[in-house]
Amino acid sequence: MTSRVLYIAANTFREAVRDRVLYNLIAFALLMSAAAVLVGTISINIERLVVINLGLTTVSLFGMVIAILIGIGLVSKEIEKRTLYTVLSRPVRRWEFIAGKFFGLSGTLVVNTFCMAVGVFLSLLYVSHRFESGDRTVLIALYFIVLQLFIITALALLFSSFSSPLLSALFAFSLFVIGSFAEDLRGFAKMAHGIAGWLASAAAYLVPNFSALNVINQAAHGQHVVFRLIAYNTAYALVYSVAALSGAVLIFERRNLK
Amino acid sequence: MTLDIIFPMHAIEILGLEKTYQVGFWRKRRKQALRPLHLTVELGQIFGFLGPNGAGKTTTLKMLMGLVYPTSGSARILGMALDDTRMKAQIGFLPEQPYFYDYLTARELLRYYGQLSGIAAKQLNSRVEMILEQVGLRDAATVQLRKFSKGMLQRVGIAQAILHDPKVVFLDEPMSGLDPMGRFEVRRLIEDLKSQGKTVFFSTHILSDAEALCDGVAVLHLGELRGVAVISELTENVQGKVEIVWQGSSIPEAIPALGGDCRCVGQTVRAVVREEKQDQVLDILRRDHLRLVSVVPVRMSLEDYFVARLGKNDLGEPSKAPPKLNSFSMAGGNRNS
Repeated sequence: MTSRVLYIAANTFREAVRDRVLYNLIAFALLMSAAAVLVGTISINIERLVVINLGLTTVSLFGMVIAILIGIGLVSKEIEKRTLYTVLSRPVRRWEFIAGKFFGLSGTLVVNTFCMAVGVFLSLLYVSHRFESGDRTVLIALYFIVLQLFIITALALLFSSFSSPLLSALFAFSLFVIGSFAEDLRGFAKMAHGIAGWLASAAAYLVPNFSALNVINQAAHGQHVVFRLIAYNTAYALVYSVAALSGAVLIFERRNLK
Repeated sequence: MTLDIIFPMHAIEILGLEKTYQVGFWRKRRKQALRPLHLTVELGQIFGFLGPNGAGKTTTLKMLMGLVYPTSGSARILGMALDDTRMKAQIGFLPEQPYFYDYLTARELLRYYGQLSGIAAKQLNSRVEMILEQVGLRDAATVQLRKFSKGMLQRVGIAQAILHDPKVVFLDEPMSGLDPMGRFEVRRLIEDLKSQGKTVFFSTHILSDAEALCDGVAVLHLGELRGVAVISELTENVQGKVEIVWQGSSIPEAIPALGGDCRCVGQTVRAVVREEKQDQVLDILRRDHLRLVSVVPVRMSLEDYFVARLGKNDLGEPSKAPPKLNSFSMAGGNRNS
């Protein structure tokens, strides 16, 4: 990785911070505080389940919304506002720009997720006054959420490299929804025959498998997650993100910046 | 590394750059933004790229900056290809109506661009402070760019273009939208760059700026190179006419009869006559006891040249002529073509 990628990443992170993206943490903190206080008064023995489920789902949704809304503008906004002209007229290669943008937004999402994770654990501590060994799965679930955010960021960048922000948002959000049901789609593909089966298989394996990356339920019930799944999901997210970024670079390299 | 890169012959060599866009919903229609352009600019020159809006100036600049890819042809800057990052470290670019990251302060923006340009960390701070001082933004260094006026943004634009001490500076309409003071400051900055031995290539449609600053100019219209001129040769080009000025408000009848174009302005009269009629006009003035103020040969202005190159028919109408080869070298003898 060149130093220029790091400079672009740092600037992307700074932009997100100054555009008050991290203000979502305030909304999250309020939500978790309210949830912790409320479930403490209305639920019996399921406080942990509710807090973990609500907390992790909110972490995932907030992250996805930020990844999509910012990711879709990472390239198109720079072209539209012509800020890209003074960057690419320097010794910066186009792939370095794309990579820098990816790492910058990913860094923002990691910091955001970390802060929200602290909020989840504080809420857990509030409702049960201690941590349990099963809470390790909450950490794994948070790690998988970060992997999902990397994938959706790479996809948003891919769409942003050739499409308008509105269409990019539509594509990215659709993939997020379909990807959340990827396991069901794969199940359907196995049952279907002929062209329908072939098409369903192709679609099932092309869309990002977010359902495999979702272990919120296991975390809420304190179930163990096997190491093989962690390794598989890490490799999957890495390959998928690199493939999406490569697509973004290939398109962006050929693009005329009118 | 070739000798041409170490000791480049020219600052800019444009070798048949051409750009055609596919337009329309099905992208079947072709729109030629720039016809094959050949142009050479020498090191250390201030070169003006003139033309009305839509002439192809910005398209050419974008191709030179690697922002738009040519349909055909190539170009070299300082002897290096357009995608060579070593070349890009030695050029500066100010886009037309620049827009910068408005969440940054002027100092932060320049530091960021300095890092991207490869300025060593040790020199970065001092270089940024020096440039801020040079463009008169030291007092506004900590203000976010979203609070800057248009003139201040233009200064930031020039600052980022010269920050890394480039050898060749490209400026796209640098005086556009500036007040008279702003234009004066930009002109002075361009002159400073020339005195430092830099090559400046700037596009403009403000002819007085080009005439005051440039060593050479190229006139572009509807994507076609209409002519290239050396300013000093252009303004030495005597038109075969003289301007005779005398005091008073009376115009002897014999002077218009000699073909003189006379205008009375206040207490002076200006008459433009052919050179061979000069002595006859002076005799008439002596005979009528009119007081002569000056006799000056009429020289061609850049505006005359520009209008002549565009042609009256082309001022609003697209050219119907078949595509021509746009060719010129400031080094060659084909000047004022």
